[in-house]
Order: sequence, then structure tokens, then C-alpha cells
Amino acid sequence: MDAETIRVLWFTVASALAGVALAAPFALGLAWLLARHEWPLKSVVETLAALPLVIPPVATGLILLKLLGRRGPLGGLAHSLWGMDLAFNWKAVPLAMAAMAMPLLVRGFRVSLEGVNPRLEQVARTLGAGEARVLLSVTLPLAWPGLLAALVLGLARSLGEFGATVILAGNIPGQTTTISLALYRAIELGHDQEALFFLAVCLALAFGTLALSEHLARLMVRRELP
Amino acid sequence: MKLELEDLRVACHGFETCYTLALEGRATALYGPSGAGKTTLLEAVAGLRPCRGRIALDGVLLQEDDRGLPTRARGIGYVPQDLALFPHLDVQDNLRYGAPGRAAAGPGFSEVAEALGLLPLLQAPAISLSGGEQRRVALGRALLAGPRLLLLDEPTANLDHALKAQVAELLKDLSQRFAVPFILVSHDAQEINLLCQQVACLEQGRCVALGRPSQVLGLDRSAAPFHAQPRAKVPALTAWLDAMC
Repeated sequence: MDAETIRVLWFTVASALAGVALAAPFALGLAWLLARHEWPLKSVVETLAALPLVIPPVATGLILLKLLGRRGPLGGLAHSLWGMDLAFNWKAVPLAMAAMAMPLLVRGFRVSLEGVNPRLEQVARTLGAGEARVLLSVTLPLAWPGLLAALVLGLARSLGEFGATVILAGNIPGQTTTISLALYRAIELGHDQEALFFLAVCLALAFGTLALSEHLARLMVRRELP
Repeated sequence: MKLELEDLRVACHGFETCYTLALEGRATALYGPSGAGKTTLLEAVAGLRPCRGRIALDGVLLQEDDRGLPTRARGIGYVPQDLALFPHLDVQDNLRYGAPGRAAAGPGFSEVAEALGLLPLLQAPAISLSGGEQRRVALGRALLAGPRLLLLDEPTANLDHALKAQVAELLKDLSQRFAVPFILVSHDAQEINLLCQQVACLEQGRCVALGRPSQVLGLDRSAAPFHAQPRAKVPALTAWLDAMC
């Protein structure tokens, strides 16, 4: 295994972990608002959050590029404030992965939070607990297997991310190449051995993360008193 | 204890109920058929259900119009029908949830745990307990938070007659020993007669009768414990049955 292949492997895993870590707090906040509160335009936000699941990843990538490119509102802001470019460099990879993991995280977190009996939270409040204590001492401890399953699923999605990444980050060897992009390049160049290697890595990572996610989801049986 | 409800409007089962009543005494019951709005009333008082109107407990305002004290600041203990024990905590942590600063060896904790017969069960997971034990943990947890008023939603529901009698006696004892007034929801006239000095009969969210159990339910307060007697007939139910026959 050459140095570039090793770099591609660790860069992909590190970017996927960073992307999920970046998206998780926002996803948890949104999932909590969706699961526990009624508010105006809730269904619109719910649909928007799920949109990257159904639109082509390339389209998501284009939206991200318009937002995070140097001429986009967020990318322009980052450039003017910190002189930082968010597109076509290594930073774009975790950002694209975060965007693609977000809908899975929101959905998984929401289902997990909804699986916690709201009566337990109500009783905790009657016992003097504020919202933060209720969340930390009741909701999250009961929802954690489902939350973890959603995190692992988000990680699996990020590891295999292609469409949004190639649009936002490009396929720059030594900079933004991930396993999926390396596989695409190997196929394009007719490097069959290399393509088969990256295919095997993709399959192993996908199988491992999905199996772990399924195992955790099985633990998320609603913990009710008999 | 004096709980005053004035023009208290709460959404319940698709219709809006409007309560105006004053409950007084150490032990009060809400009585009525299913869907009468008994649990809804408890939840509104505890701050668990949006409502409009006025709620005052011993002269302290809990709710005025659509503004109410947060649930955590009301000082009202609530034991729901499903008990809602925290399944990821053991008995001790359940009991201490409302009083996190109180040491396990402190007098309040051990006194309550002992009174409820929970000392041998402190390390047991809450979900491993029997129905009667879970009920005692839920009661202890609410008591240890130091409430000004305890709301009990059908505290003896789904228990056999022997356990019902035990829980009823325990309630009576605890209320006197720890000087905590309570309002309980019950379908059992005998239980109310045994435990309470006042009963409010609710029907479709309205209070249709308020007074001493012997007056309102037509039962003799000196009667033997309810478990030793046939189930008392509700006056309204009796009339309905008479009309059907």
C-alpha cells in the first residue's frame, strides 16, 4: 500500500468523523425541537432537513457550493472574516459529509428521542428538574443506543459520500481525494487492481458500520417498566 | 391545604373543560367516570398541560390567565397512574432524583425509605420491582422532593384487593406522618371514603358535587375497609343501571 493510498484511507475516515461531529449537535437540537415541541413551519423545516436524502447528492453539492463558495453568503463571510476558503480544499470534504449525514442524524435522533416516554420527562420536571437536567439525566440516557445507532449510520453515509464532495471539494489528488473519489478515478483510468482494492475497502467499511448501527438500534427497545 | 381553581380552562378529549372549584383539607379526592377530566385537572395543576385561568395553592398563585409558574417551581408532587419510574436508575437514585443534595443517610431519606419499606431494595433496578414496590418508590420519590401538595392519579389502580388496602393504609399513614396534603383520583368510592375528607365529583369536566364522601357518595365513613366489602355503587351509575333494567 503506497503513501497516497494510506493518506486517502485516513483522510476519508477522519473527514467522516469530523463531518458527523460537526453535524451532530445541530441535528440533535433540531431533532429535539421536532420530537418534543410544536411550532410554526415545523413541517416545512422537517421536509427541508430530509431533502438531502432524496435529491441527487450532486444537487446538494451544488447548493453547498453556492452557499460556501467564495462568492456565496457563508463562504464569502468566512473569507472576509478569516481569509478562509471553504470550497475546493480539504475543509470542503467534512463539510460536504456533514451536510449529507445531517438528514440521517436528524431522523435517527428524532426517532430515538420520541422513543423516550414523555411522561418520564414530565415527572422529572415536577421533581424540580430544569430542562437541561431533564435532557441530561432522563432523555439522553434513555435514548443513547438509538442516538449512537444514528451517529454510526451517519458515519457510514459520510464514508461513502461522493456526489456532494466532488462538487464542493473537487477531486484534487493529495488534498481532497476520499475512498469514493479514488475508486472513481481508478475506474476512469482503467486501474482495475486499484479499483477493486478501494471497492473492497468501501464494502468492508459499509458492512462494519451498518452492522454496528443495526446492533445499536436493536438495543434501542423502548425501556418501559413492566 | 386550599387549592382554588377559578375559570380554569383546559383542552381535554376534544372539548374544553372549565373548572371552578375550591378543594380544601388534608386529603381530597376527584371522583367520576373515565373521561370526566380528573387526570386533566391534576395535570393542569401540576403545570403539565397548557391551560388558562387561575390556580392558587394556599394563596400562592400558580397560574393567572395564560401565564403559569414553570412545573419545576410549583412544588407539587405528581404520581401518575403509570408511575413513570426512571427505568435506567436504581431505587435509590429514583428516590433521590427530586432531592439530589440530600445525603442517602440523611434523616429525610432514610425516614421515607423506611416508612415505605424500601431500605432493602435501594440498590435494585427500578424495573425489577413488583407493581406494589414500584408504587412505593414513586410515592417516596414524590415525597422526598418536599412537595406542598401531592397529586396521585389512581394510586391503587390495577392492584388486587389486598394490595389496594395496603397502599391505601400507607397513603393515610404517610400523609399524616409527613404532613403532606394530597389530592387523589379514584374510581373507588370505598377508597375515597376511607382516605379522604372531601370529594369532588366530576362529569365531562364539570364539578357536579363537592362535599364529604359520606354525603356525596352516600357511604358510611365508619364502614369496614373497602376491600372487605362489595364494591360500592356510584349514585349516577346506579341510576343509569336502574334505567337500563
